[in-house]
Amino acid sequence: MMSGRPETAKPFDLSRRQVIAGAGGLIVGYTFLPAFAQVAAPEAPAPEPAHLPGSLDDTRLLDAWIHIAPDDAITAFSGKAELGQSIKVPLKQIAAEELGIGIDQLTLVNADTGRTPDEGFTAGSMTIQYSGTALRNAAAQVRVLLIAAAARRWGIAPDGLRAENRQIIAPDGRTLRFGELVAETDLHVEALPESPLTDPANFRLIGQSLPRPDIALKATGGAAFIQDLRPEGMVHARVIRPASPGATLIEADIAAAEAMPGVVAVIRDGSFLAVVAEREFQAIGAMRVLQASANWQDGPALPDQTAMSAWLEANVSETGTVAEEGDPDAAEGETYEAVFTRPYLMHGSIGPSCALAVLERDDMTVWSHTQGVFADRDAIAELLNMDPARVRVIHAEGAGCYGHNGADDAAADAALIASKLPGRPIRLVWMREQEHANEPYGPPMLLKLRAKLGDGGMISAWSYDLYSSTHTGRPGGPPALLAGQMKADPYPPFVGKLSIVPTGNGDRNANPYYTIPNRRILWNFIEAAPLRISSLRALGAFANVFAVESAMDELALMAGTDPVEFRLRHLEDPRARDVVERAATEFGWSGIGEPGGTRGVGFAYARYKNLASYLALAVEIEVDPAVGDVRLVRAVAAIDAGEAVSPDGIINQTEGGILQSMSWTLFETVTFDQGGITSTDWSSYPILRFSHVPDSVAVHVIDRPGQPYLGAGEAAQGPTCGAIGNALRNTIGRRVHDLPLSRERVRHALQA
Amino acid sequence: MATTLKVNGAETRVDAAPETPLLYALRDDLGLNGPKYGCGLGQCGACTVLVDGRAVLSCVTPISVIGSRAVETVEGLGTAEAPGPVQRAFIELQAMQCGYCIPGMMMRTEALLRDNPDPQDHEIRAAFQTNLCRCGTHMRIMKAIRRAAELYRDANPVQEG
Ligand code: FES
Ligand code: FES
Repeated sequence: MMSGRPETAKPFDLSRRQVIAGAGGLIVGYTFLPAFAQVAAPEAPAPEPAHLPGSLDDTRLLDAWIHIAPDDAITAFSGKAELGQSIKVPLKQIAAEELGIGIDQLTLVNADTGRTPDEGFTAGSMTIQYSGTALRNAAAQVRVLLIAAAARRWGIAPDGLRAENRQIIAPDGRTLRFGELVAETDLHVEALPESPLTDPANFRLIGQSLPRPDIALKATGGAAFIQDLRPEGMVHARVIRPASPGATLIEADIAAAEAMPGVVAVIRDGSFLAVVAEREFQAIGAMRVLQASANWQDGPALPDQTAMSAWLEANVSETGTVAEEGDPDAAEGETYEAVFTRPYLMHGSIGPSCALAVLERDDMTVWSHTQGVFADRDAIAELLNMDPARVRVIHAEGAGCYGHNGADDAAADAALIASKLPGRPIRLVWMREQEHANEPYGPPMLLKLRAKLGDGGMISAWSYDLYSSTHTGRPGGPPALLAGQMKADPYPPFVGKLSIVPTGNGDRNANPYYTIPNRRILWNFIEAAPLRISSLRALGAFANVFAVESAMDELALMAGTDPVEFRLRHLEDPRARDVVERAATEFGWSGIGEPGGTRGVGFAYARYKNLASYLALAVEIEVDPAVGDVRLVRAVAAIDAGEAVSPDGIINQTEGGILQSMSWTLFETVTFDQGGITSTDWSSYPILRFSHVPDSVAVHVIDRPGQPYLGAGEAAQGPTCGAIGNALRNTIGRRVHDLPLSRERVRHALQA
Repeated sequence: MATTLKVNGAETRVDAAPETPLLYALRDDLGLNGPKYGCGLGQCGACTVLVDGRAVLSCVTPISVIGSRAVETVEGLGTAEAPGPVQRAFIELQAMQCGYCIPGMMMRTEALLRDNPDPQDHEIRAAFQTNLCRCGTHMRIMKAIRRAAELYRDANPVQEG
């Protein structure tokens, strides 16, 4: 007998105007909640505002972060979005810890231009660092204010009072509810630079791996994703896109599509073409008719994919210095030189981009799985020539995005369609082929590395020439949106500019985190972008760490030293040494052995962005020399992400990072010819499948209670690639310098 | 153009063209959230449901070919309050990142375990070859499948003799 519960199959009530799902679920409402509409109200800023912790520095009022209702309902607000990286529970842990309440006594609202602080993009592994830090400090200060209010009521000193279970408790046992105290507590005040934070020794919640409520919801068919929103009167939209990027629409048989059953409207605005139908499959049918009849004037021819390195070298618009120290040219030593490349890579979300938009009177509401609701709102307002105050963008969860994918484009598509059909909620979904061909990719890179091994087996010089465009196409306003580039009177495409910042972009982790006396790291910047690009998890760090860690292994070989020992020799930071030693020990590292068999091991390390999490890992791979197939068999990683709020969350993210990076490393390349993208589905853009899943992956978290949060989402991308590349070298005796380490390239290396 | 579908034990009339893929009928007409649109091409497994106990890609299966056969989705495996063995395993092991691929993985698990209550590692890998996960949750998915097999055997003990 199955434990099936047939009653769960009841048809949805599609007539509900407000769709409210269960715990942690979605809220669809067209109206602003007045109580929250004025959060982050402008206050006259002090001439020299003090620096406040995390995102409090930008959104400085306590009630923008924490709201307490007279009935004791407590709400925390974060401008960061849930992207599948499980940030909701840790953010709640942090706020609840400092408020002295249980995690279930707090509701968290994320990323809504109508309700939450503007925290920019949810990207770069910075959610816990910025939003977590802000919530922690805000919650601690709210606790102090509530205690002060209770002390005033009772006429006693505040010392000895404590917050627990949504009450302030006096030493003699008297209690006052938060909801009673909030009326006489002004939370509409600017936060202070210092907060009385809870001592890590007394943590009840931080450091615990608590279950995610959304998991039970998603496992049982609860409404959890943007795709599950079904407001009354909703109609289905599809867009029609050309094969050639930048193509312009000459004509399409609009009348034929309009005559199809269920078609509500065909919308054309310049080269922007979309269809709206009552039923989803009707929209798809009409889309196909339009697609087949559409006549496009091709955009500019794309470069030759087989000659991207030459294209990158030929298109340098300016060169910036990322780091310079000493004189690498004059330094003495034995030279190692190599050139590494990576191709265009796609985010390849499992759920194609989706958006819901409705124009009601003068107000546009858009639900999107964007990483930046505020930037998206501004771009959509500009695109539609609307007052940004009349546009609200609400984050609703999509499938994992791993950076800036088609989400914002789809949101703009939906809003543009909705602007032409007032009153109808428009649900737009990109087709799989459209997601593959139209999302902004992670850009190609060419990396020329030259290092010298000097006296005592120490690196004496390091020169690195990086060729790449920017890795971020945002915030780019309408020019960065496909709808902006396709509508009548189009915006010119977004053009990236060279900008060298500490966190890095294309140059992220280009500068090795090792002790090297002479170094010069240059970014040969390419403004031209034949394909749209934007942030892909870890930006340049993925390939830069691959190059740096490959070189570290080659230099260790030249020095006749074990690669782990060689890295330790060049690492001073004790936290860096700790992750390297921990990964090596847990793996049972005993050297690289001799090449020639079918199995081998490799090691790599990086401190993400040179200022965030530390991660080292050792891997074992298996090579099938006949086909050139590589499988990651075993990986053991050690990560130090600062104070670990949710160790299991860090482990989950790191495991995922290792597997995804392995997929990028072994299988992935966006392919194209002169006429357009040829990677248009999962067979023409192969990714990891279960045949290549490792036997085991172990992640060891080195917790640093009391230390700043360093973020964990992207730390594994670079080191995993480096370690697999090194393991391949240690197995077959030859290094493959071009990503992906495909079967073809491995076979080629074996035959060389 | 109405078609009668038997979904999670209940019969429902769906007023959609016969060539409509089952996925759209389940999501749009029945309001089910479990089956997901991932590719519409039969390449990713996000839309996996059971038809007469076998795993089927609902995005490429027209409702006209379903006839009176029994369709099951994750909604039919249990509820948040009373999850079935496969759901319990995925929840217990927190086997999700974004979770978008997971209902498809769970239905594939259900199909596998009905057929083979004690699958070996290579059998799991082979059965799941068509199900993609982009978040890299594979290690936990594999663990959850093994755990589901245990829970499944406990819930459906084999009669000895
Ligand atoms: S959605 Fe059906 S296989 Fe991808
Ligand atoms: S958990 Fe996100 S695609 Fe599998």
